[in-house]
Amino acid sequence: MNMPGPEPLVTYTIGGIESGPPCCEPVPHLRIANLSIAYGSATVLDNMSLDIYKGCITALIGPSGCGKTSFLTALNRLTDLIPGAKVGGSVQFEGIDVLDPNVDLLVLRRRIGMIFQKPNPFPLSIRRNLELPLREHGIRHRDVLEYKIETALREVGLWEEVRDRLDSPALALSGGQQQRLCIARALVLEPEVLLMDEPCSALDPISSGVVEELIQRLCGRLTVIIVTHNLAQARRIANYAAFLWMKESVGKLIEFGQCRNLFEAPKHELTSAYVSGATG
Amino acid sequence: MIWSKPSSSSRWHADRWLEPSLGLLAMGAALILLLVLAFLLHEAWPLLSEGDLLHLFTDGGWYPLEGHFGLLPMLWATLAAALGAVLLAGPLGLASAIFQQFYAPSALARLYRTVLALLAGIPSVVYGLWGLTVLVPLIARWQPPGASLFAAILILALMILPTIALTSASALAAVPKAWLQGAAALGLTRKGVIMGVAIPAARSGILGGILLASARALGETMAVLMVAGNVVQNPTGLFEPVRVLTANIALEMAYATGTHRAGLFASGLLLTLLVLALAWMAARITRSAHPV
Repeated sequence: MNMPGPEPLVTYTIGGIESGPPCCEPVPHLRIANLSIAYGSATVLDNMSLDIYKGCITALIGPSGCGKTSFLTALNRLTDLIPGAKVGGSVQFEGIDVLDPNVDLLVLRRRIGMIFQKPNPFPLSIRRNLELPLREHGIRHRDVLEYKIETALREVGLWEEVRDRLDSPALALSGGQQQRLCIARALVLEPEVLLMDEPCSALDPISSGVVEELIQRLCGRLTVIIVTHNLAQARRIANYAAFLWMKESVGKLIEFGQCRNLFEAPKHELTSAYVSGATG
Repeated sequence: MIWSKPSSSSRWHADRWLEPSLGLLAMGAALILLLVLAFLLHEAWPLLSEGDLLHLFTDGGWYPLEGHFGLLPMLWATLAAALGAVLLAGPLGLASAIFQQFYAPSALARLYRTVLALLAGIPSVVYGLWGLTVLVPLIARWQPPGASLFAAILILALMILPTIALTSASALAAVPKAWLQGAAALGLTRKGVIMGVAIPAARSGILGGILLASARALGETMAVLMVAGNVVQNPTGLFEPVRVLTANIALEMAYATGTHRAGLFASGLLLTLLVLALAWMAARITRSAHPV
């Protein structure tokens, strides 16, 4: 393993190293303390603590299998769907104890939305894809539905592309359009946090760029936590970054900080090796 | 093509024999269907060639010895029994599929599936025996004479219920996890996930299973013969005895001769065409499933 040489100096457009990005508030939105996740007897994430700041984009980077996706699914309790999954520690979100077994999952998941790696629009019409979650959460008035659907589609830049075929199948859309539809489907519920699990990894570079711009526009309005293997992407869009690494096949948080610091002045040697491409 | 061409230099590559023999066997299977149809047509010909086909449908009744071959009352009875059975067993089968797929703990679901598979394998004559000795007397106490369209519907529903439950359950099990996960992540309730995503996604598989079950209900002979009463008449009430096409063939074939015999083959032909149409529709629906 080579130790990395001195990093070339690169300048970025977002904020100064110490001042922090302009679009987000330095207020913790999600407070994660001593979070551990195990599937059966295999621990995948051990003792992770960090604060996710409100309105910011936080990127999770690290090699495959270090527990990034598991971390995301613990935050909206999708881990409940996995038989044998055990989550320990605590996650506080706006006064809610997320890991409390009695928490109202429907409300929690409405406030914390999620986008998956592979676009997963339902095999229904475009309109029905957006209508389904709204109706489920008690919004049934025709005009309100129409308005919310149009607003969400405009937000993801899909309105002009699909306004004439809202009733055609969502699966007929291209991969990039499908992913934007999925983002619209999450946004239509007006969540406060959006969890994104490698939202661009199944997309071509152009669609990926469109989605990336979209995520950047969300900065300040929503708290975004994005898992990505694309370091350049993390660098471009994230305000904060967390680096996870596997020690004896258990995922651990190695370093967390402002994205620029993590990339340009990493404190930990594992981080500096990973971001410079020497390992991982 | 996903396979590679055998090199032309190898003199004895397996494909040389495998391909034509597989082709021949496959053709044979398809040919049997054609042979069955040709046979039915041939045997029914004495009647079909006699006058116009419409006679089969316009003659008021089935008096084969007097030359009246009206199949309509039996056709209606057949369709009514099958439709009634599907209307009963369809919702029940779907409900049991939803139960085992989404509500039952996995050990119970496994047990439940095994029981359904066993139910599907019980010979129809056993259902008939039970119907004759238990169901018919029960109905007779309530609405005499007991042997009736209603009894036929109940027995048929019981027989096709496991088929519908098993095919629906496998259609639901084939719904990609990504959709269920995505639906759960949007804060949908279990009911919302099932009604909003799982059933629409599995719709074609469920419908295909129901159509195949209808084909089975149309073609069922023994159990229906034992409980339906077998009086040739239009099914005017649920509790009237009726005779279905299959039962008619089974009852009269032993002594039928001449045009009477041909009439029975004509009803067999009609039945076969009905079942083929259903099977074809089932195949079409299943094929038009979502392209994922």
